[in-house]
Amino acid sequence: MFYYISKKLFVSLITLFIISLFAFSLMHLLPGDPVINVLGEGATDEDIAYWRSYYNLDQPILKQYVLWVRNFIKGDMGVSLMYEEDVSETLARRLPVTLAVGIPICIVSIFFGILFGVITAVKRGTWIDQVLTTMANIGIASPLFWFAIMLILIFGMQLNILPFRGFVAPSENFVEYLKSIALPVAAGSLGFVAVITRQTRSNMLEVLNQDYIRTARANGLSEVSILFTEALKNALIPIITIMGMQIRIIVGGSIIIEQVFSIPGIGSWLIRAITNRDYWIVQACVLVISIVTVFSNLLVDILYGFIDPRIRKKWR
Amino acid sequence: MGGYSNRLLEVNNLRTSFFITEGEVKAVDGISYYIDKEEIVAIVGESGCGKSVSQMSIIQLIQSPPGKILGGEAIFEGRDLLKLNSSEIRRVRGAEIAFIFQEPMTALNPVITVGKQLSKDIRTHKKVSRKEAWNIATEALKAVKIPDPEKRMKNYPFEMSGGMRQRVMIANAVACNANLIIADEPTTALDVTTQAQVMELLVSIVKEYKTSLIVVTHNLGLVTRYADRIYVMYAGRIVESGTCKEIMKNPSHPYTLGLLKSVPKLDSDVDEKLIPITGAPPTLLNAPDTCAFLPRCPYASEICRCNSKPELHKINGGNHLIACYRDIARLKNEHDY
Ligand SMILES: Nc1ncnc2c1ncn2[C@@H]1O[C@H](COP(=O)(O)OP(=O)(O)OP(=O)(O)O)[C@@H](O)[C@H]1O
Ligand SMILES: [Mg+2]
Repeated sequence: MFYYISKKLFVSLITLFIISLFAFSLMHLLPGDPVINVLGEGATDEDIAYWRSYYNLDQPILKQYVLWVRNFIKGDMGVSLMYEEDVSETLARRLPVTLAVGIPICIVSIFFGILFGVITAVKRGTWIDQVLTTMANIGIASPLFWFAIMLILIFGMQLNILPFRGFVAPSENFVEYLKSIALPVAAGSLGFVAVITRQTRSNMLEVLNQDYIRTARANGLSEVSILFTEALKNALIPIITIMGMQIRIIVGGSIIIEQVFSIPGIGSWLIRAITNRDYWIVQACVLVISIVTVFSNLLVDILYGFIDPRIRKKWR
Repeated sequence: MGGYSNRLLEVNNLRTSFFITEGEVKAVDGISYYIDKEEIVAIVGESGCGKSVSQMSIIQLIQSPPGKILGGEAIFEGRDLLKLNSSEIRRVRGAEIAFIFQEPMTALNPVITVGKQLSKDIRTHKKVSRKEAWNIATEALKAVKIPDPEKRMKNYPFEMSGGMRQRVMIANAVACNANLIIADEPTTALDVTTQAQVMELLVSIVKEYKTSLIVVTHNLGLVTRYADRIYVMYAGRIVESGTCKEIMKNPSHPYTLGLLKSVPKLDSDVDEKLIPITGAPPTLLNAPDTCAFLPRCPYASEICRCNSKPELHKINGGNHLIACYRDIARLKNEHDY
């Protein structure tokens, strides 16, 4: 187990290294000098020289990379030239907001996805299966922003029962927080509920046809016990991959949700930075998102080992 | 022949069909058989003739839809298993009637240790603590001669060989003190040496614990050494039944004869040539009303073609039954084939 995890960890670090190279070269590969880009054509030579040396842009490129990584690890992601804001500070403020929306999306979609998946598999062919499966297919097919806008129109504007702009921190007012994330979470989980439902359903159907389920029945186990202790564990194995994918999208893919619902998280920040060519923010965001991605993949691999003894034993 | 008090299971006129889009598959078409206490009975027949479906029907293990038990009764220790509701039949499954399936590779849950699976089955039927269940399971593994049972309890199925897994299935039956073990082709998936070992073990367990055993197989050669009585099935029906000795000596249905010629005899001195039965197994879907073996039967005559399916009837005055108009054992003697 230890060997298995350390090996996966090693691979993760290599991946991170490669991604950091990409993120770093971003500034140097895109046309135009990043400093002039922000200060404008009319900037004085002294100003330009000052900021260039502030960002170590006057150093040899290899040294720039080393300095950049070192500062990043120390938690210093530089200062955004455009807004003169400290990138690390803003990140520390915006990341919790993204997580406060993203984690509920994660929980809601896994819970309902598995629940609906099991129901549709057990009740296959009945009306409840047909209704849920049709809804899942619609959920997979409909674009996120369309669904978000429909939610805003119905619950926000027509019924006027839920807020659809802005975000209230849970520490401020928990009830308001729940209200403020209701629509974003509904919009953000739809696709995942749909995907997980479909995947769980087909896995369950396959597992329920396996010989060991017949063995369990022949041994007199009850249907409920068979479902949750014998079948689900096997059916979950392929679903873990989807869940891992989801963690990554919570951080990176919240862009649309944050934009539509005006939530001050990483996603809306990244959009603004890209529009303004604010490389320092883009670099920081890309790196943070990559770190989350890499570690969620690592988590998935470890979970696999926990849930599937065949994988665990292989790494002994 | 035992008295009625000695009877463990008696199945009468069992009929099970599968209703699929093409029509009705009469997988089990009115079969009757019985097994006495401490008896070993073999059910023999080609693949697809309804052996498994007939056995699974008696503990209501048929998936419905598409399957449906259409009629008949299965009297087990005084009650009709087919009339039990789902929670009543669950208490019979595993506890009184234990099943051992053909595929040891897939019959155990791949992500649960052998010890946990056994303990869980024990705790389903017995009010014992986790620890007691674990001990019973370990003892059962010992009983089926798995070396190092304490360690093996913590193994996952994929860490065991096919023969070992089949022993685990037998241990399951032992641990739950079943009165009847139904082994559905328990050795088909194993290699020849392991086949013999597992079969020996099963028989010794049955003798030791005084349980009864129904062995389902398509290998007539394998069971002749152990079985007291044999039922030969063809196309969802029983075509010949009798004591093992009698059937070996006087196989009277052409299909039984074909089966005997197509498998090597373990205890024969002469080097007999093996002759496979020609033709394909019959379709059970919308089958004609004539004898199902007719298209493949080398002894078929006018009477077979003109009449509907022959019923089982006694021959030789005793306990030997066949469903055939021709009784080839007699033909043989008369005409010296
Ligand atoms: N779920 C099902 N749906 C439709 N037909 C089925 C189903 N299960 C079994 N059958 C049919 O029932 C018939 C008997 O099947 P069964 O499994 O009892 O055969 P068997 O004698 O055990 O053969 P084998 O030696 O291959 O195990 C087969 O012809 C099969 O086509
Ligand atoms: Mg079978």
